[in-house]
Amino acid sequence: MKKFLLATAAGALLAGAASAEDIKLGISLGFTGPLESMAPAMAKGAEMAMQEVNDSGLLMDGTTVVAVQGDSTCADAAAATATVERLITAEGVKGIVGGMCSGETIASLENVAKANGIVMISPSATSPALTTIEDNGLFFRTSPSDARQGEVMADIVLEKGINSVAVTYTNNDYGKGLADSFQAAFEEKGGNVTVNSAHDDGKADYSAEVAALAAAGGDALVVAGYVDQGGSGVVRAALDTGAFETFVFPDGMVGNAVVENFGDEIEGSFGQNPAAEGEGRETYLKMAEEAGFDGSGAFSAEAYDAAALILLAMAAADSSDPAVYKDKVMDVANEPGEKIMPGQLAKALEIINGGGDVDYVGAAAVELVEPGETAGTFREVSFEGGEMKVIGYR
Amino acid sequence: MDILNALVAFLNFVFIPAAAYGAQLALGALGVTLIYGILRFSNFAHGDTMAFGTAITILVTWGLQALGISLGPLPTALLALPVGIAATALLVLATDRAVYRFYRVQKAAPIILVMASVGVMFLMNGLTRLLIGVDEQRFADGERFVINVRDFKAMTGLAEGLALKTTQLLTLVIAILVVWALFWFLNRTKSGKAMRAYSDNEDLALLSGIDPEKVVRLTWIIAAALATIAGVLYGLDKAFKPFNYFQILLPIFAAAIVGGLGNPLGAIAGGFVVAFSEVAITYPWLKIAGYLFPGWQPDGLLQLLGTEYKFAVSFVILIVVLLFKPTGLFRGKSV
Repeated sequence: MKKFLLATAAGALLAGAASAEDIKLGISLGFTGPLESMAPAMAKGAEMAMQEVNDSGLLMDGTTVVAVQGDSTCADAAAATATVERLITAEGVKGIVGGMCSGETIASLENVAKANGIVMISPSATSPALTTIEDNGLFFRTSPSDARQGEVMADIVLEKGINSVAVTYTNNDYGKGLADSFQAAFEEKGGNVTVNSAHDDGKADYSAEVAALAAAGGDALVVAGYVDQGGSGVVRAALDTGAFETFVFPDGMVGNAVVENFGDEIEGSFGQNPAAEGEGRETYLKMAEEAGFDGSGAFSAEAYDAAALILLAMAAADSSDPAVYKDKVMDVANEPGEKIMPGQLAKALEIINGGGDVDYVGAAAVELVEPGETAGTFREVSFEGGEMKVIGYR
Repeated sequence: MDILNALVAFLNFVFIPAAAYGAQLALGALGVTLIYGILRFSNFAHGDTMAFGTAITILVTWGLQALGISLGPLPTALLALPVGIAATALLVLATDRAVYRFYRVQKAAPIILVMASVGVMFLMNGLTRLLIGVDEQRFADGERFVINVRDFKAMTGLAEGLALKTTQLLTLVIAILVVWALFWFLNRTKSGKAMRAYSDNEDLALLSGIDPEKVVRLTWIIAAALATIAGVLYGLDKAFKPFNYFQILLPIFAAAIVGGLGNPLGAIAGGFVVAFSEVAITYPWLKIAGYLFPGWQPDGLLQLLGTEYKFAVSFVILIVVLLFKPTGLFRGKSV
């Protein structure tokens, strides 16, 4: 028993010594709530980037990085604020990968991160409102704004020969922002939006909402909602009453869950989500498979990129102080410099330590435009024969 | 053809959903009204009793499914229902023994019993969540549709489709059977008559040799059965989520009060009045108007209230009835 105690005490001492040089990075994602099925693959993506940097031992003379997870709930801004507050004040993180959803991200950025001067890089908050937010240069995102997604979606819908659609959105910043930007783009290009109405998440029954959408009519239904929440409820009610047969799914709905829920009932439906094509994505998918998770989940690649950007910016600034490294994020993400693919973080750190420049491309083709967000490539998918098929990228 | 299309659209989007929802509310309101009539208090724990019964039924359904037992085209939950009812009956009998009997013996004012039932509500609330969690569960299996839209359109050649879900038909059939059985029991059996006598005049019933504790026990068992059946049907038709069963308490009370608290016939009528008002007031009539009056092109959707305000409809009905006809449509007890 005595030996055991001694061993534990020694272990604790060693652990204490090691952690003195650790940098903590927060991962604030909605592990519970309306996007809970997406969060685990995102967190694993971010942790994989940190692991890669740790394995290289090249970050600021061998500093190691530890991930601290927090549940931002996606839907509850107060809970997200409390989580980020805990990450910053209690855990002392030097940067945060998160938040996940737009409303929650805006709240935690304005209330906590800005006040404490901590950098937040969100992999998935896509509201147009975050483009214009006053962020003191602390906020970045590796996903494009929904203003862009609205345009892309309008193009896709029109190319399918559909000129008249009904739109329903989840009643929050993300849903409203996306639905409005889509409507504006669609009408400008000559399409007709018959109705643009909200649905609330967490209800047992959406037949009344669907009845309203059906009364307005349209050849397809755009569901700017969440796959684990009201979005699926609306689709279920629309299928049951035969109100709509073709659905358009933006990023919150594109996931394997929608295939599991509806199978071949949504034959001929289509959608798009921010995801890049090419070498970076292929490599990332392989890396994820080796690490034992599905990297094709929405925003998983973006989460990897968000973590990688924070770490490379720290290396470039040679400091883990957010006030210093925040100015380096744009530098490492953009030209000039050597192109960096996923799995090449060690190489990137070598170049940076040698005084060179890097241009981080990563898993989702990161190219940051002012004020710190991705210009955006979108993956177009369609649902045929009970499977999700990738049509192309635009 | 246009008139037929209008009729089908009305059936599909208004009549069938409202009828099924109304039957679910009616069963819930029957339980509330029975307890009000015989035990003389409004049972706020009724929604959570429904949730508890449904949760048990779902757990047993999962067990049956794991054993490979099913009912063919009907949902397996129907087989599990008796177990759910039995467990719920035991739970409410235990709460009666532990909580309500104490106040009953003291002849406490109804408001005290109501407040006690609010406490019981929170307890059951937590119990259900511990048992099955807070998440949404879908447990309907078997055949989904009696008539589905595609077949209906192919069959009739109409532009509008009609869908009738198995769960909707099942809800209506079971509700009719249960109501018939309840009225037969209350009007034809000795125990039923004893319950009505006790409801009319407690002291007189006592003098004629009716055992009050037996009446109370029977009431709870029947209320538990009604609650569980209503909860399971609601869950099969829509989805089970503990929080939604807490919310459904409001329309159920509205239904019971509109019909007249304490009057079983009123509870049924009230259920349908509330359900049809909720659906009809939030339904946009544009499409149906378009079929009926082809030349007319209104600007709006002809929707009286947005669907977000669905619950407000029950509130308004509740207030109007309490203001102008406090005893309800069917002359129940005044609230």
